[in-house]
Amino acid sequence: MSRKSVMPGFGPTIGFTLLYLGLVVLIPLSTLVFESFKLSWDDYVHIITSKRVLSSFRVSFIAALIAASIASIFGFITAWVLVRYSFFGKNIFHALIDLPFALPTAVAGIVLATIFQPSGFLGKLLSDLLGLQVAFKPLGIVIALIFISIPFVVRTVEPVLLEFETSMEEAGASLGATRLQIFTRIIFPNVFPALLTGFALAFARGVGEYGSVIFIAGNIPYVSEIVPLLIVIKLEQYDIEGATAIALTMLVISFLLLFLINLLQLWVRKRSGQL
Amino acid sequence: MHTAAQPLNKDKVVTQQHALQDPIWVRWGLIAIAISFISLFICVPLGLVIFQAFSKGLQAYWSALSNTDTLSAIKLTLLVAVITVPLNTLFGVVSAWAITRFEFKGKSFLTTLIDIPFSVSPVISGFIFVLLFGAEGWFGKILVEHDIKIIFAAPGIILATLFITFPFVARQLIPLMQEMGNQEEEAALSLGASGWKTFFSVTLPNIKWALLYGVLLCNARAMGEFGAVSVVSGHIRGMTNTLPLHVEVSYNDYDVVSAFASASILAALAIVTLILKTALEWKQANR
Repeated sequence: MSRKSVMPGFGPTIGFTLLYLGLVVLIPLSTLVFESFKLSWDDYVHIITSKRVLSSFRVSFIAALIAASIASIFGFITAWVLVRYSFFGKNIFHALIDLPFALPTAVAGIVLATIFQPSGFLGKLLSDLLGLQVAFKPLGIVIALIFISIPFVVRTVEPVLLEFETSMEEAGASLGATRLQIFTRIIFPNVFPALLTGFALAFARGVGEYGSVIFIAGNIPYVSEIVPLLIVIKLEQYDIEGATAIALTMLVISFLLLFLINLLQLWVRKRSGQL
Repeated sequence: MHTAAQPLNKDKVVTQQHALQDPIWVRWGLIAIAISFISLFICVPLGLVIFQAFSKGLQAYWSALSNTDTLSAIKLTLLVAVITVPLNTLFGVVSAWAITRFEFKGKSFLTTLIDIPFSVSPVISGFIFVLLFGAEGWFGKILVEHDIKIIFAAPGIILATLFITFPFVARQLIPLMQEMGNQEEEAALSLGASGWKTFFSVTLPNIKWALLYGVLLCNARAMGEFGAVSVVSGHIRGMTNTLPLHVEVSYNDYDVVSAFASASILAALAIVTLILKTALEWKQANR
């Protein structure tokens, strides 16, 4: 291919790309790494293993895990319904799935807190019927993270379901498989990598989520305090070292998750390439 | 023999049809589950914003919106978007050109780097700018000496938003331009068109809907970002509050009408974004 010789502008465009990337993303982000060099290993371990920090990691991870799981189950059903069935109002329904992407997290936060607080519309219902308090408890964090997670799962599973060849189902049917067998043996295994990717994306976002959670969580130390909030608290107390140690740990976890998600997406592409 | 085989075949076809379609009760059951789930988590919250905003009547709504603090929050939000969206759009187009029109080493690594801001917690995205420009930060001393304020001022908010919305446009354009290939551009160039002319009359018409889509998502996030901005803003009323921060401050002050009035503007922005997004998706699908 004579690609290189014909197309103009490689020098200026790659130059601008690298310069802008460096100035806006890489240099600011590297400050966190350099700042952490000021900490000794013992300091770092001391900060991270303090009871409050460990509790916040536990709260963030467990809540994100539960929320991503619930969102995966219902997100899969939603994607299935959107791809396979037709019903009244489907187009509006389809557009609404992306609301959590478009709605600012602070708005989501105050709305969910208002609905689920003990005097709120659903909060009252749940406490009357089941004696369950959602707002200002760890359960509130799960609710906020389910809201955030929905589009990640639906939008990852949907394209794979759309492209899924029904000829495979027909082959299964002609060989005498029941509907349930076709679903569990043919459809689900093919969609599973995408579902897992959606789950991982939702989980990664959930661990770092701040705006939609802090209003409904109650933010009680050791109980319902999430990691991002603890970074903010340390910062407000001018504890830059503490904030840096926690933020760096979060950053490393995010990168590991990003790496894992890239691998998963590769798997999805391979899988759909094989079809 | 032929007649004997007929009913057997028919039976087989019927069972095959069964195996290809979900039973009606499964169908309606799943639709009911999906609709209840989405109603509970998406429709109810959306309806509540409007209900709460107007809960004390139209007059209270308007006075909450025409309050000077709210107006200054709207102005700052617009200022942030007006600066960050064009810059990141320019970056998106330029980087997509560099990445999709040339072969070079480390290309996929560069694409991964562009995605980084998506995977960083918003709080950390704000925190890194505090480390750079805060009073205790790397450039803190120099900034104080020259009396320049970045953190707890508009420049910090703009920088944090620039970071957060960095990948949106590039992310829409790179896969599209990769898929399109560059035969059309090569044809234009070989016929003697200049590089700029080729870009504006060949590339741009092909990517315009994806570009608009990226700009739309970038703008929604720029106006709605909360976590990163909240770390660098300092929450100074009438000064460094963007609209999402104004929502938070009002809510924490138990000023419910003001909080939800501001929230209703942001919800309206979200709905307009979704409508335009859906329209653009149709345009792209019909292309």
